[in-house]
Amino acid sequence: MRKLGLACLLAALCLGGGLGEASAQADDFSGLAGPQFEEMSASITALAAHGGPQGDAALQALEDRHLFSGADGALFIHDGAVCQNARTGEAASCPEDLKPVRLNNRIRTVLAGAHALRELSSAEPDVRLKAAQALYARHDMTMLPALEQAMSTEKVPRVHEKLMQAHAATVLAQAPAEGTQATRLKAVGYLAEVGGLEARGLLANVAASAVEAPEVRHAAQRAVSRIDWHLRVWSVLQNAFYGLSYGSVLLLAATGLAITFGVMGVINMAHGEMMMIGAYVTWLVQQGIRMTVPALEPIAILIAIPVAFVVCGGIGVVIERSLIRFLYGRPLETLLATWGLSLVLQQVIRSVFGPTNIAVQTPAWLSGSLMVGGLDITLNRLAILVFAGLVLAGLMFVLRRTTLGLQMRAVTQNRRMAALMGIRTPKVDALAFGLGAGLAGLAGVAVSQIDNVSPNLGQSYIIDSFMVVVFGGVGNLWGTLAAAMALGMGGKVLEPTIGAVSAKIAILVLVIVYIQRHPRGMFPVRGRGIES
Amino acid sequence: MNAFSGQSVRSFKSVVWTAGLVLGLAVVLAVASLLPENSPFHVSAFAVSLAGKYLAYAMLALSVDLVWGFAGILTLGHAAFFGLGGYAMGMYLMREIGARGAYGDASLPDFMVFLSWKRLPWYWWGTDHFAWAMLLVLVVPALLAGIFGWLAFRSRVSGVYLSIITQALTYALMLAFFQNGFGFGGNNGLTDFKDILGADLHRPATRAVLLVVTGGALAAGLLASRFIVGSRFGNLLVAVRDSENRTRFLGYRPDQVKLLVWVFSAMLAAIGGALYVIQVGIINPGEFAPANSIEAVIWVAVGGRGTLSGAVLGAILVNFGKTLFTAWLPEFWLYGLGLLFIGTTLFLPSGLMGLWRPVRAAPPEEITPEVSAPEGEHS
Amino acid sequence: MTDALLLDVRNVSVSFDGFRAINALSLALKAGEMRAIVGPNGAGKTTMMDIITGKTRPDSGTVTFKGHDLTRLDEPVIARLGIGRKFQKPTVFEALTVTENLLLSLKGIRSPFSVLFARESVQERQRLAELLSLIRLENMADFRAGDMSHGQKQWLEIGMLMGQEPDLLLVDEPVAGMTDAETMATADLLREINKTRSVVVVEHDMDFVRALDVPVTVLHEGSVLAEGTLDEVSADPRVIEVYLGR
Repeated sequence: MRKLGLACLLAALCLGGGLGEASAQADDFSGLAGPQFEEMSASITALAAHGGPQGDAALQALEDRHLFSGADGALFIHDGAVCQNARTGEAASCPEDLKPVRLNNRIRTVLAGAHALRELSSAEPDVRLKAAQALYARHDMTMLPALEQAMSTEKVPRVHEKLMQAHAATVLAQAPAEGTQATRLKAVGYLAEVGGLEARGLLANVAASAVEAPEVRHAAQRAVSRIDWHLRVWSVLQNAFYGLSYGSVLLLAATGLAITFGVMGVINMAHGEMMMIGAYVTWLVQQGIRMTVPALEPIAILIAIPVAFVVCGGIGVVIERSLIRFLYGRPLETLLATWGLSLVLQQVIRSVFGPTNIAVQTPAWLSGSLMVGGLDITLNRLAILVFAGLVLAGLMFVLRRTTLGLQMRAVTQNRRMAALMGIRTPKVDALAFGLGAGLAGLAGVAVSQIDNVSPNLGQSYIIDSFMVVVFGGVGNLWGTLAAAMALGMGGKVLEPTIGAVSAKIAILVLVIVYIQRHPRGMFPVRGRGIES
Repeated sequence: MNAFSGQSVRSFKSVVWTAGLVLGLAVVLAVASLLPENSPFHVSAFAVSLAGKYLAYAMLALSVDLVWGFAGILTLGHAAFFGLGGYAMGMYLMREIGARGAYGDASLPDFMVFLSWKRLPWYWWGTDHFAWAMLLVLVVPALLAGIFGWLAFRSRVSGVYLSIITQALTYALMLAFFQNGFGFGGNNGLTDFKDILGADLHRPATRAVLLVVTGGALAAGLLASRFIVGSRFGNLLVAVRDSENRTRFLGYRPDQVKLLVWVFSAMLAAIGGALYVIQVGIINPGEFAPANSIEAVIWVAVGGRGTLSGAVLGAILVNFGKTLFTAWLPEFWLYGLGLLFIGTTLFLPSGLMGLWRPVRAAPPEEITPEVSAPEGEHS
Repeated sequence: MTDALLLDVRNVSVSFDGFRAINALSLALKAGEMRAIVGPNGAGKTTMMDIITGKTRPDSGTVTFKGHDLTRLDEPVIARLGIGRKFQKPTVFEALTVTENLLLSLKGIRSPFSVLFARESVQERQRLAELLSLIRLENMADFRAGDMSHGQKQWLEIGMLMGQEPDLLLVDEPVAGMTDAETMATADLLREINKTRSVVVVEHDMDFVRALDVPVTVLHEGSVLAEGTLDEVSADPRVIEVYLGR
C-alpha cells in the first residue's frame, strides 16, 4: 500500500515533468474512467500534482459525481445542464450511453488527499491553511512528499507551521523505519506542542508501540501526559465557563429578589413569574418588530430589554400598591399572598399564550460560538455574562449614586429612623418592589435566549434564586454576586463527577447546612442593632 | 372560673367536637358504603376514597398548624414528611404484591426487575413486615425532622430564612426520588398495590375499614395535639413564638421546645402520608413538590391557624373545592387557589374559625418574626 | 464569707466589626449589693448586660458568677444559675394570660418534656398568689398580657423576674418614660427586692440613681471611668467632662 502510493506519486511527478504536454495529459486522464483502483489513483494523484485547470475541474467533477465516461474512454463533465469534454474543457454534446464514474471508499480517500494537495498549491494562504489542517487530521502517508514540497515553498508562517504539524503527524502515523529516529523525535516534539485529542491519539499509539525506539517512545509518553494535563486544564476552564454562565443567570434572577428582601424583608414568591413575563415581553417585542419594522429584527432583543424592565417594573409597582402594602410587617403572610399571585399570573399567561413553549428568536449575532484555545464559548451565554455584569454595575450605580438608592439603603438599615428622617418609606417600598420586578424582567429577557419559554419558566428558577439570596445574606449585592457564582460554579464543578441532578441535590443540601451554621448568609449585616 | 387554671383563654373545646365529628363522619360513610347499591343511602367507592384522601390531607394540615399556628414556624416543606411516610407505607404495599407483579418476581418489586437489579437494596430490608414498615413511617421522618430542626433551631434560623430552607429540603427530596437509582421507582413511584395485611385493597369492606382507621387516626391526632397545646408546654410554645429571647432569659431552651413540636408534627404528617397512600393507591415524587407544602399552608390559613379544628376544616373545604373545580372548570382552579391565597391573607387573617370566635390565640401581626427589626431589647 | 464576690467581671473586651464596644472592663459585685451603672449613650451598658447574660460572647476576659465562668455558658444556663434580666421595653408573652406568664417564669421545671406533662402543684399555686399580690395584679389574673397597659406590663415582667427567684437581677433603664411618682415607687420596689437579692441597675435618670442611694459605676467608651457614691463620681472632673463635654 505504502509502496504503491509512493510509486504512483513518483510516476505522476515524472510524467508531469518529463513528457510532452499533450501525451502526458492523455495518460493522466485515461485512468479516471476506472474501474481499476491502481490506475484511477495514479491518474488522480497525477492530475492533482500537475493537471492544470482541466485536471482540477475533472477532479472536482469526480468528487461531485459529475464525471462520466463514454464508450471509447472519452470523459465528460456533466452537471445536469451543461456537458463538456473533461480533457479540453470544450463544450460538447454528450453521447447517450454515458456511464457515471463510480467511487469507492479507497478512491474517495485518494481523492480527498488530492483535493488537499491541489489546495496546497492555491494562491490563497487561507485555502492552503485549511488544506494543511485537513492533511493534519488525515495523516495519510501518501501525502508525505507533497507535504515536504509544500513546506519547502511555503512562505506564510502560520501555514508553514501547520504544514510542519501535518508532516509530523504523517511521519508518526507510519511504522518506524531505519534511520528515521531523529525525524520521529522531532515529530513527537511538534505534536506535543499542538496538543488536542488528535495528537494525543497518535502519540499514545507511538508511546504504546513495541517497535518504536525507546527514546521516541518515552518522549511520546511525556508528550501524552503533558497533553492530558492541558486537556484537563481546558476542561476545568470549560466547566468554569459553564459555571460562570449559570452563575450569571442566577445573579440576574436573584438581584431583584435580594433588593425586595433587603429593603422590605419580603420574599416575593411571584418573582419567577416576573421573569416569565419578561421572557414573554421579549417574544412580543420580536413579533411586533417583525410585523412593523423588519429591518430592526436583529436588534429586537436589545429593544426588549428596556421594554421588559418597564413592563415588569410597572407590574411590580401595581402589585406593591394593591397587595403587598396591606401585608406590611407580616413577611410570612406576604410570602403566601405572592405565591397565590404567582399561580394567578401563570394561569393568565397560560390562558392567553397557551401552555406550550413559545419560540423566542436568537438573533444571528448571538448564535454560534467562539473557540478560545480548547474553550468553546457560546455567544449567547457570553452575552448573558456581560449583561449580568452590566446590570449589576447599573444597580450598584443606582444604589450608590442616586437619591432613590440612598433612600433604599437607609430603609434597609433602619426603617424607623429612615421614616423619621423624612424618607417616604411607602414610596421607597413601591419603587424598590418595582425595581426588583424590573430586574426580574431583565432576567427574563436573558433567560429567553437559553431556556424554554413557557408559563412554567419562573418555577424552575425560583428555588435556586432563593438559595442565592439566603446564601449571600441580606442587603449586600456583593454577597448576592458571590453566592450566585458560588452556587453556579459549585453545581457545574460537581456535575461531571456525580451527575446533574445529584449535583443540584448536593448544592441544596450544602446551602441548607451552610444556612444553619451561618443563619444570616455569607455576608451578614452585623452590629448591635441587628437582632439575631 | 378558676383564677389559677392557667389555660383559661385557650381551652380548645372545639377540638374535641371536631375529633368526634371526624370519626363519626368516617364511620357513617364507611357503613353507608357497605349498604346494597340500590339503597338510597349507598355511598360509592369513589366517594369513600375521596373522603379518605381529604382526611389524610387534614392530618397534614393539622401537623402544619401545630408548628405554624403555635410555634410560629412557617413550614413550606411539610410535604417532605408526608411523602416520606407515604413512601414507607408504599414500600410495604409493594412487597405485599409479591409474585403477583407484572414480572412475577416474588422478592423484587417490578421496577427493580425492570432496572435489572439483582437484589433488594438494604433500605428495603424488612419492609415486607408490616410492623417494621410502620416503624419506618414514624422513625424516618422523625429522624429527618430531628436532624434538620436540631441544626436549624440551634443556630436560630427563623422567619423567612427557615421557610425557604424547608422548601429547599422538600425540593431536594423530590429531585432525589425522581432518580431511578435512588431505589423508589423514580418517576412512576410506587403503585399497583394489591392488598394490606392480606386484605384486598379493592374490596369495599377493606376500604370502609381504612376510612374508619383514617378518621380514628385524625381524631387521635387532634386530641394529642390538643393535649400538647393545652398543656403548660403549649403556653411555652406560644411564649417562644412571641418572644424567643424572653424564654431564653427565663431559662428555657427555645430550640428544644421547637424541636419537640417540630418532630411530633413531622410524625403526624408522616402518618397522614401513609394513610393517604393506602387509599389513593400511588405515591410518586410529585408528592414532594414544594407547591404541595405551600398548598397545605393555605388550608390551615383558610380554616384559621392556631385553632387545630380550623386546619381540619380548611383542608377538607379547600380539597372539596378543588375536586369540584377540577371536574367542572379545570382551567379555573389555579385562579381559585391563587385568589384563595391572596384573599385569605388580606381579608381573613384568622381564617374561618376567626369568623365565629374572634378571640383566639393571637392576631397574626403579633406573631410574625421580623426579618431585620430588633425585638426590642436594645436601646 | 458573706463578703464573697457574687459577680466578678474581669478585663472583658468585645468588638463588633472593629468597633470596641467593651474595652478591658472590670466590675465586681458582692452578694446582697445593689449597684447603679450610669454612662452616656454608647458607653457599653447594654453590651455589658449582654455579656453577663450570655447573649454576647466576649473576645477576651472572664465573667465569674457563683464560681461559674459565664463566658462558656449560654443564656438559658445562666438564667437557671440565678441571673434575671429585665429589658428596657417590657417583654411579656402577650398572647398568654397574666397567670400563664407567671407560671412559665416560676423557678423549677425547664426541660420541654417535663413541661409537657407538668401539672400545677400546690406550691406553684401559692407562689402565683404571692406574686400576683406583689405586683398588684390579682384582679387581672386571667387578662391577656397583650391587653394590659404599659405600666402593668412592666409590673408583670418584674413579677416574672421574681418568679425566677434569681440571686442577681439586671435591670435596664426601669424608669424610662415614667412619671416622677412612679420613678420613686420603682426605686422603693428595687430597694425592697435588694433585701433578698443583688441588683444591677442601668439608668440615665440621676434623680432615680440618687433615690436609690447606692454605689455608682460610670462607664465610658466601654471601660469603667469612675466608681463611688453618686456625690463622689459627680465631682470627678473626668466624669464631668464626659457628660458635659468641654
